Amino acid sequence: MRFIPHSPADIEHMLAAVGVDSLDELFRDIPAALRATGSIDLPPGLSEQAVRGHLEALAARNPGAAMLSFLGAGAYPHFVPAIVDNILQRAEFYSAYTPYQPEVSQGTLQAIFEFQTLTAMLFGLEVGNASMYDGASATAEAVLMALRLHPKRPRVVLARTLPPEYRDTVRTYLDGAGDSELLEAPCDADGRVDAAWLAANVDARTAAVVVGYPNVFGIVEDLVAVHTAAAAHGALLVTATAEPLALALLRPPGECGAAIAVGEGQSFGVPLSYGGPGVGLFATRLQHVRSMPGRLVGEAHDEAGRRGYVLTLATREQHIRRERATSNICTNHGLIALATTVYLSLLGKHGLRRLAHLNLARAHRAAARLTAGGRWRLAFAGPFFNEFAVRGTDARGALARAQAAGVLAGVPLGRWYPEFDDVLLIAVTELHDDAAVARLVEVLAA
Amino acid sequence: MSGLRDKQAGLLLDEPLIFDRSAPGRCGIDLADEPGAPADYLPAALLREPIEGFPEVSEPEVLRHFLRLSQWNFGTATTFYPLGSCTMKYNPLANEVVARLPGFAALHPLTPDELAQGALELCWELEAMLGEICGMDAVSLQPAAGAHGELTGMKMVRSYHRDRGDTRTTVLIPASAHGTNPASAALAGYQVQTIESNAVGLVEAETVRRVMTDQVAALMITNPNTLGLFEREIAQIAAAVHGQGGLVYFDGANLNALLGVAKPGKVGADVLHINLHKTFSTPHGGGGPGAGPIGVRAPLAPYLPGPRLARAADGLLRWSAVPERSIGRVRGFHGNVGMLVRAYAFITALGGDGLTLATRMAVLAANYIRVALTGPYDLAQPALCMHECVFTDKTLEAHGVKTLDVAKRLLDYGFYAPTIYFPLVVPGALMIEPTETESRETLDSFIAAMLAIAREAAQEPATLQNAPTLTPVGRLDEARAARRPVLRWSPAQGE
Repeated sequence: MRFIPHSPADIEHMLAAVGVDSLDELFRDIPAALRATGSIDLPPGLSEQAVRGHLEALAARNPGAAMLSFLGAGAYPHFVPAIVDNILQRAEFYSAYTPYQPEVSQGTLQAIFEFQTLTAMLFGLEVGNASMYDGASATAEAVLMALRLHPKRPRVVLARTLPPEYRDTVRTYLDGAGDSELLEAPCDADGRVDAAWLAANVDARTAAVVVGYPNVFGIVEDLVAVHTAAAAHGALLVTATAEPLALALLRPPGECGAAIAVGEGQSFGVPLSYGGPGVGLFATRLQHVRSMPGRLVGEAHDEAGRRGYVLTLATREQHIRRERATSNICTNHGLIALATTVYLSLLGKHGLRRLAHLNLARAHRAAARLTAGGRWRLAFAGPFFNEFAVRGTDARGALARAQAAGVLAGVPLGRWYPEFDDVLLIAVTELHDDAAVARLVEVLAA
Repeated sequence: MSGLRDKQAGLLLDEPLIFDRSAPGRCGIDLADEPGAPADYLPAALLREPIEGFPEVSEPEVLRHFLRLSQWNFGTATTFYPLGSCTMKYNPLANEVVARLPGFAALHPLTPDELAQGALELCWELEAMLGEICGMDAVSLQPAAGAHGELTGMKMVRSYHRDRGDTRTTVLIPASAHGTNPASAALAGYQVQTIESNAVGLVEAETVRRVMTDQVAALMITNPNTLGLFEREIAQIAAAVHGQGGLVYFDGANLNALLGVAKPGKVGADVLHINLHKTFSTPHGGGGPGAGPIGVRAPLAPYLPGPRLARAADGLLRWSAVPERSIGRVRGFHGNVGMLVRAYAFITALGGDGLTLATRMAVLAANYIRVALTGPYDLAQPALCMHECVFTDKTLEAHGVKTLDVAKRLLDYGFYAPTIYFPLVVPGALMIEPTETESRETLDSFIAAMLAIAREAAQEPATLQNAPTLTPVGRLDEARAARRPVLRWSPAQGE
């Protein structure tokens, strides 16, 4: 086996050093009855060439990956500059582990420090953590954190416009977490969370109000209004962003009053990979940092006064505090956090904004062209970024016909929202030039 | 960090923060021209200014910045990484290639099932492979990491009992367990009751029997345990838990010791998680992403997170709706599929025989180190170990040297450090896990370094106490860092 270096002579030498006669004897402390159950019924191993061939054959059975696609709904196709993956393929990064020994892990630690800074700036908040698993689980952790910050308030309001998989994940995490209670705020005709409902239902028992930003329909919520409704009763505003590119243009959640802002970082230089790994973004105000889940990197100095970085504020964490930790999270998504750090460094202050503008403009042009014919109309009147919902009769039939013509034209909202069975959700990014949009309009005309 | 440093200036390149490389107007990307302004499409009240402080750096500078940072890291590809309990084995490059095949990497998670059959087939087969390796009846690939798998498993335990009208309150966890175990149990709503091991480091069935009541929902147990010892009474322990209606949660962190040796599902486990980034060699990534699939015995299968994969009447694999009794989703989409592809490639490359060999070599290597270091270092338990061995700080104390000092000195010798001060039940623990992929020569050089350090501890303890000296930075003042946390760069600071 090519990964295992031990020759027969090595094995013999090592067995002798250990003082056992055979490899089997190494396992003599395991009761024989248990050992009898051990053998693995899998085919013999394969060469690298054979494994590659097998995986290529499987990959070839995913024709959806090569089709013109306007699928979004929480995972967005974007162009990835070559540098990002080149850095990810540096084995010094990918084959390291959590930087427990900072003196030989400064690469990872400094990159995470930069990641934390970028996350905080993006959300307009003071501090970002070293990452979470993904947007959905980060949202769940944000809700748990809000409940910790408001221990006497059992209620959490989730906007129905929050991505459904985020809501489902919150529900799973909260089951068993004390006597918490989840309420769902309906959406209005503009596709935003219903402000009147919030005014009537947020109360002194409410710990937090959670909205998507942009929300699942691609609509930009009026965060200031939501914050006003929440703050009137002392509830925290929590935002969840599945398409963080929008934050290059939109007022950041922190500036609109959010106490915690989370998101999914996949858009920033990470391939779709059928939905994972992505990376959870998590930011909050400095005053709440000790209630924050996840790892944190901080600046430190050695005796010679040289600056370096270390894992810090670990007393919140499971390996110190065990059952009283702020979260059970241990490993986060460090390598993907690195990808987003490289990506955001490359695009930077101006490139990210220009890219966001390109997405915005192309999505609006696509929406205008698609709705010009009368076959489709915008499902919601609210402002949108690079994803929009259109309504038309037999939406699912149209989608199937587009698929037969080789285009993945969108996600049927009826998948999650029975009341919107005639609505398609369409994502348009910098990957979709005029020809691609023309093709979309063409296949959806039928 | 600036200026020439004594002796090492030619090798060590000080690298500022990316923010400090910024100059106004630079950008590392060129984009298609798009006329107009955001305000043409969005109300001005919703818009922000350009993000103050975001980097302004050209492409070559970005590459150089991160390449230099990479050079400041030890990884398993460059360095022996004997980090106990983390199974830092070789990460085959071939797996990096297959995970990047466009058919996987460019596949959107909401692609219609019929256009993603290759990915679904891979997941379906991987579920079956992991089930076979662990002796489990059903597997979910959804959890993103080991701790995430633990939380998933404990949520399932809760749902299982609740369906039986059973409101159990407590989970038993040995004192030697990973911190994630009690944290996960607490997050699932349970109280944690710690149980002690005996004088030789093992949990006794009698101890479990004594504390086992009808209020105990589950026992969480790691086997081999964190001392590197196989829990010999696991069958009797499981019987004691099952006898009172409880479940056995098996922490698969140490599964690398069991491949082809014993299957958790056949030795009493009802639920287990598997760290694909340990046993199945997906890269640790400097702290993730990993993957933490969860395996269960049949009675718990209905509670697995959904959606679930199933083969439809037309022969195609499809995602089902979330089953009625499922705990629900624990994350977005289907799992860390990019990592699942790597693990699948690893298992396919090794096959049943190769996996069995891997465990045997990992256990042989750990024992080889154990024997060579016993004496100069105090072995926590005098017994054959499994995939890792644990020493105490007893032989160091007399010289005023701590476990931490040994760890730091190892960095000067060009090795990553073992896991230290864990398990908590061992004073000043040094936990060493060599894995199967390190050659005898590497093990010998590591042993030689450890023995040299033991001599230094006696003869020149200050050398250890001042270590490391050959790294880009010396020991960093972690206490001060925590007292006055600086958790980000700020624009004001950069001016």
